[in-house]
Amino acid sequence: MRTDTVNRQQLQLSDLARLSIVGLRTRKLRAGLSALGIAIGVAAIVAVLGISASSQAGLLDEINQLGTNLLTVSNGENLLGAPTELPVTAPAMIERIRGVEQVQSTGAVSGANAYRSPYIPASNTNSLTVQAASLALLPVVATSVAQGHYLNAATAQEPVAVLGAVAAQRLGIDRIYPGERIWAGGQWLYVVGILRPAVLAPAIDSSVLVGYPAAEKYLGFDGHPSTIYLRTQNSRVTTVDNLLAATANPENPNQVNVSQPSAALVVQAEAQSALNGLFLGLGAIALLVGAVGVANIMIISVLERRSEIGLRRALGATRGHIRTQFLSEAVLLGLLGGAVGVALGVASTVVYAHTKGWSTVIPIEAWAGGIAASVIIGAVAGLIPALRAARLSPTQALWSV
Amino acid sequence: MTDTVRPMPASNPVAVGNGFAFGSAGTPVLEVDNATKSYPGEPPVQALRGVNLSIDQGELVGIVGPSGSGKTSLLQLMGTLDRPTSGHVRITGLDVATMDDGDVAYLRATRIGFLFQQFFLSEHSTLLDNVADGLLYAGIPVAKRRQEALEALELVGLAQRQHARPTQLSGGQRQRVAIARALIGQPAIVLADEPTGNLDQATGKSILALIDQLHQAGSTIVVITHDRAIAERMPRRVEILDGSIVADTGPGVSAEQQACPVIQSLVPGLRPELSPGEHP
Repeated sequence: MRTDTVNRQQLQLSDLARLSIVGLRTRKLRAGLSALGIAIGVAAIVAVLGISASSQAGLLDEINQLGTNLLTVSNGENLLGAPTELPVTAPAMIERIRGVEQVQSTGAVSGANAYRSPYIPASNTNSLTVQAASLALLPVVATSVAQGHYLNAATAQEPVAVLGAVAAQRLGIDRIYPGERIWAGGQWLYVVGILRPAVLAPAIDSSVLVGYPAAEKYLGFDGHPSTIYLRTQNSRVTTVDNLLAATANPENPNQVNVSQPSAALVVQAEAQSALNGLFLGLGAIALLVGAVGVANIMIISVLERRSEIGLRRALGATRGHIRTQFLSEAVLLGLLGGAVGVALGVASTVVYAHTKGWSTVIPIEAWAGGIAASVIIGAVAGLIPALRAARLSPTQALWSV
Repeated sequence: MTDTVRPMPASNPVAVGNGFAFGSAGTPVLEVDNATKSYPGEPPVQALRGVNLSIDQGELVGIVGPSGSGKTSLLQLMGTLDRPTSGHVRITGLDVATMDDGDVAYLRATRIGFLFQQFFLSEHSTLLDNVADGLLYAGIPVAKRRQEALEALELVGLAQRQHARPTQLSGGQRQRVAIARALIGQPAIVLADEPTGNLDQATGKSILALIDQLHQAGSTIVVITHDRAIAERMPRRVEILDGSIVADTGPGVSAEQQACPVIQSLVPGLRPELSPGEHP
């Protein structure tokens, strides 16, 4: 009689889970070691993505703290490529635009270089520039004095200099003492202060700053500003931006460069993740090695468990049941490795971000992708062993041990 | 160890929770109909040469033969673990030849219990779960499986140790657990392959006593053995040699009436084992 009333059974999900857990628990150490490969790969990928996202978030935080309402105006070039000058009146004109809160400027002193002493060869300029600077520059470019003082109305008249962070380092000056001086533009300048790095205005960092009157008096400065720094009301950044070129140089607005330094930094921060390709590649290789490990362990497992396979077939398991059991064991192994890997990756991101003072950001693609990848790897690696297990005939499995 | 065996329910063998149509009352539980089995090779190995065997409900049959006689091949065919090269095997009237692999697996899950020489218990599961696994593939929920497993463990006197692991048991106790697993779900027939092969003589006897009791209680059991002394205990003995059945005492024939002149003439060395003094 034909078995048209046969009621073949699928395994319940809970039974399948129990079978896989028992299967792995029997070989704890071996399962752990083979899951380790996947864990390392996933951890590397999660940590790389997490750390890069956290660093980006940290940088964006920092940029927001520095303010995104800083605009700079600098002199451009004319049609022949020669540098042009901003009019002396440009800062005052810009200050009259509605929404502009503060305007400060620096002016490059052409032909003046800074040296530790007159005996340094003239060509060793250290790429430093000497700049005339207005008196309230520091708050506008969001930096402050690290040591000593900034210029004031009195010292701006005298041969006195304040060093940007990079300039101080290159001149070999790390603290201020009375009589400390540098040689610039054929003139001794007394150093009264060193600045902290100015993230939004890196040009300040490599500058030796002198007061406008002193620059004109001692260094032959022509009085034209070369860079104007201004802060606007947050709501009017774009409007002001559009008016700046024409206001700064009404005669030749196209010879003026206007920029928003924070915008450039944001773009830079976002582009940083492109550098992670190498580490992601290494993580992917670790995952691949992990997959080979899982496949290897599952094949050995099938060889060792012939009698179990035979017994299960005798107890009524179909080929499908056996295949599903071994496949789900491999998937569980992958899942285990993935979960441990995500935990490790998150932990190292948290620790690293904490030491750097960033907020921890784990992109969802990192951890969800890590888990999904390890499950897929488990399934792919377990497929061939599972098929081999299912192909085993019950008589071979039971009587040829 | 217990000496009491609860009688199996009257409806035995009731297949559990499935839609198999059952054979009518007169249908043998197991029928091997002119089955041959040959294995590929040069020349092909002829393991079974036209075996006919019919086993009715409630029988206890000993199939005895020396190594290489084909008794394991016969067990594999009877257990539907392998298919005959020609001929038919019917379990409760269902012809295995007409069924696909999945249906045959389900047949094993619900109609056939196995008992092996090596017990094949999972060391990492409790006795209860080992026994309950006997119903895993019959599609029975886990709570019901465990409940039936406990009843089966009671049957073999190990209910109190349901949470122990097989490693904590003696060989005889392990075989009792395996018997419980074979009996769970009340299969139509239990096939035992050298059930005492891994046990010492005393323990082996107690296992055989348990098999006797299960038979008294209504189970249909086939014991495959190379040991003539074991076969002597069985109400029906089938002797197999060189792929053919050479003697069958038939249903309901007692041990005293047994005679196997063919075997004695073919294998003179077997004679001393048949001396009445050695009967258990």
